[in-house]
Amino acid sequence: MVLSALLGAADPPQLLPAREQMAFTLGFHIILVPFGVAFTFMMLICQYRALRRNDQQALLLAQRWSKVAAVLFAVGAVSGTVLTFELGLLWPGLMNAYGAAFGFPFAIEGLFFFLEAIFMAIYIYGWKRLPPWPHFFTGAVVTLAGVGGTASVIAANSWMNQPAGITVQNGRVVDVIPSKVFFNGAFWWEMVHMLLAAYIVAGFVVAGVYAWGMLKGRRDRYHRLGFLVPFTVAAIAMPLQFLVGDTIARQVFDREPAKFAAIEMVPTTGSHIPEILGGIYIDGEVRYGIPLPGVASILAGFRPSTTIQGFDAIPADVRPDDAVVNVVHLAFDVMVGTATLLLLLSLWFAWLWWRRREVPMNRWFLRSSAVAGLVSVVSLESGWVVTEVGRQPWTVVGLLLTRDAVATQGDLWPLFGTVLAIYFCVGAGALFVLRSMRRRWSEEDTDAVGVPYGPQPAPAMNGCTPGADDA
Amino acid sequence: MSTVIAAVLFVGVIAYALFGGADYGAGFWDLTAGGRTRGHRVRELINLSLSPVWEANHTWLIFCLVTIWTGFPQAFTAITTTLYIPLGLAALGIVTRGAGFAFRHALTERQGERISGVTFACSSVLTPFFFGTITGGIASGRVPSAGHGDALSSWLNPTSILGGVLAVTVCAYLAAVFLTGQAQRRADTSLEKAFRLRAFGAGVVAGVVALVGVYVLYSDSPRLFHQLRTVGAPLLGVSGLCGLAALLLLRRGRPSVVRALAALAIATVVAGWGVAQYPYLLGTHLTIQNAAAPSASLWVLFVVSCVAGALIAPSLFVLYTLQLRRKLG
Repeated sequence: MVLSALLGAADPPQLLPAREQMAFTLGFHIILVPFGVAFTFMMLICQYRALRRNDQQALLLAQRWSKVAAVLFAVGAVSGTVLTFELGLLWPGLMNAYGAAFGFPFAIEGLFFFLEAIFMAIYIYGWKRLPPWPHFFTGAVVTLAGVGGTASVIAANSWMNQPAGITVQNGRVVDVIPSKVFFNGAFWWEMVHMLLAAYIVAGFVVAGVYAWGMLKGRRDRYHRLGFLVPFTVAAIAMPLQFLVGDTIARQVFDREPAKFAAIEMVPTTGSHIPEILGGIYIDGEVRYGIPLPGVASILAGFRPSTTIQGFDAIPADVRPDDAVVNVVHLAFDVMVGTATLLLLLSLWFAWLWWRRREVPMNRWFLRSSAVAGLVSVVSLESGWVVTEVGRQPWTVVGLLLTRDAVATQGDLWPLFGTVLAIYFCVGAGALFVLRSMRRRWSEEDTDAVGVPYGPQPAPAMNGCTPGADDA
Repeated sequence: MSTVIAAVLFVGVIAYALFGGADYGAGFWDLTAGGRTRGHRVRELINLSLSPVWEANHTWLIFCLVTIWTGFPQAFTAITTTLYIPLGLAALGIVTRGAGFAFRHALTERQGERISGVTFACSSVLTPFFFGTITGGIASGRVPSAGHGDALSSWLNPTSILGGVLAVTVCAYLAAVFLTGQAQRRADTSLEKAFRLRAFGAGVVAGVVALVGVYVLYSDSPRLFHQLRTVGAPLLGVSGLCGLAALLLLRRGRPSVVRALAALAIATVVAGWGVAQYPYLLGTHLTIQNAAAPSASLWVLFVVSCVAGALIAPSLFVLYTLQLRRKLG
């Protein structure tokens, strides 16, 4: 509801519900994205281990995870469809003017999603009757399609940040250079950033579940492995994410100066700009924050003398208002702050692992790991707030103002209200379903439970040949 | 090029009508299956048949939406700013339906399973109804080129209601035909017979609705009626023949033949609508050519469609083959 403060009196009446609904549904969907994109990769690690080393516990993990993924993927698929509808229902001004330009990355995304949906289905439902290795490779297709899908959606989003490749005449797109639209200036780093974020969130959330189990005393090999695989993936991605994020910050400084000014809360252009931790921006002044002298300039250009453009350089009619600045700045602080905590946790894990070569049973480490998933989701959400709110008042930077993109038909409040109610039920339902699955599984003995390709591992693997030609 | 893309768009619409339609229809039979004990076996068959394929089937809708907004952005926004009520309702129906189905599949507790099952089934009936009204609104020329048409009469009109009712009955018919085959493959004779009866009933109802529809279109959408009677006539003729043949062969014919005939009957009806619209996208005021995006965007769409044909078609084939051979589940 923070966004409600963002609207001035002169804005069209639909802007508030449209932005709130878009923010809410996007924020909901983005939590599910990591599980479509990155979760399968962790299943594949377990399955590979199971097939190579005949590890039944790893196989059980992979199979159970795929059941969890089935639920999350379904909710992600339908909440993603809502976003598709919303582009037309909430932002007809955007699609009418620029659908021809940046619509096609979504078509490519559709292609990848198609592949993902098909092979996800084969993977999830193929445990019993598909031969092991073909089954494994259907999962690999899902992982690759996840990368392609992420790239396509980010291409569309990054194009709104740094539009390129189009010729506009009389407000109409008359020519499009598809390669420049897709591979726009912001594309590569934003894509890698989101991809890593997906692996980090999926990793920490899944690991957190098993950390919780170990805190409750279930420290068997099943739980240790269920913790180790996703946590390691996330812990490896974490330092890379810092490098990528740092590079993006400099690129934003270079190419999206208005967003950078909001991130660093810079009222007037100048050098030796301090990095302000926390604080708020009221009536052109920064208050209450902790300034680190010259650090913003150093981060932007490695020298305190680096000049950073302030709000005074932005024409008054398209200058972000105070509320936008505050939201962007604080969201950036939250993103970096939470990411730092996760990095420290990853380093702590590396240290403990290096000393003992086993899953750490230190209670404080496990407690931190149990909440790391939640922290990573906060980080992901605040990152999206930075890039989306940081673009305001523009929807397509320099080309289309958000107030010109928004719907004018009907009344969007009832739709938003219904969406809130339904999403609340779906979210609660998903948590209920996952909880009941967990409870059911925790009552089963992990050594006694039947696994696919089982029960006698070696003969069963050879015994699965009929049907091999089908795949 | 714009005509090619419009044709590609229609291929997507037909595919969604067939595959998505069968899924929605399964929800209809789920809803009408009866109480917990009586409907148990029907619901189980629906669960088994739908789980692996519904997401892939659903993706055709995404394909249609992205194609229309990239290829014909003006038409897309004209539709979304006019028919926003049924579109919004359909979107919400998709959420409750997908979530309800996935939850039911994962749940064993009886109460939770029941709530999600009812949610799935109800929204499976409502969603195609709204899609049908949207189709009726577009086909009867009630969407102005500039959008912002009448929010209510654009979809609460005789042609739209006909579209909605026809969509629900056709979905039910398709689903019953497909599920008859599924029951047969599982060698479940009583269930096979039950679905055959349902297919017959739904087929007859769909036929009656279509006949009533002739009168509705005659009085409500003269242009559409005229076009369907002239250029669309061969396709509608094929559709009628296939539908009739499928009904007659239901008892003795091979399920694959019946399935193909039923699918052809539906595909030709949708194609008939497309032919009747040509060369207009909306009413008689926005042609395909005038609504089209710059040619580079159309070419990208064309390439994407070709790649889709090369990658998705075989993948879908593998999925459906595995599903039919009962390798999944």
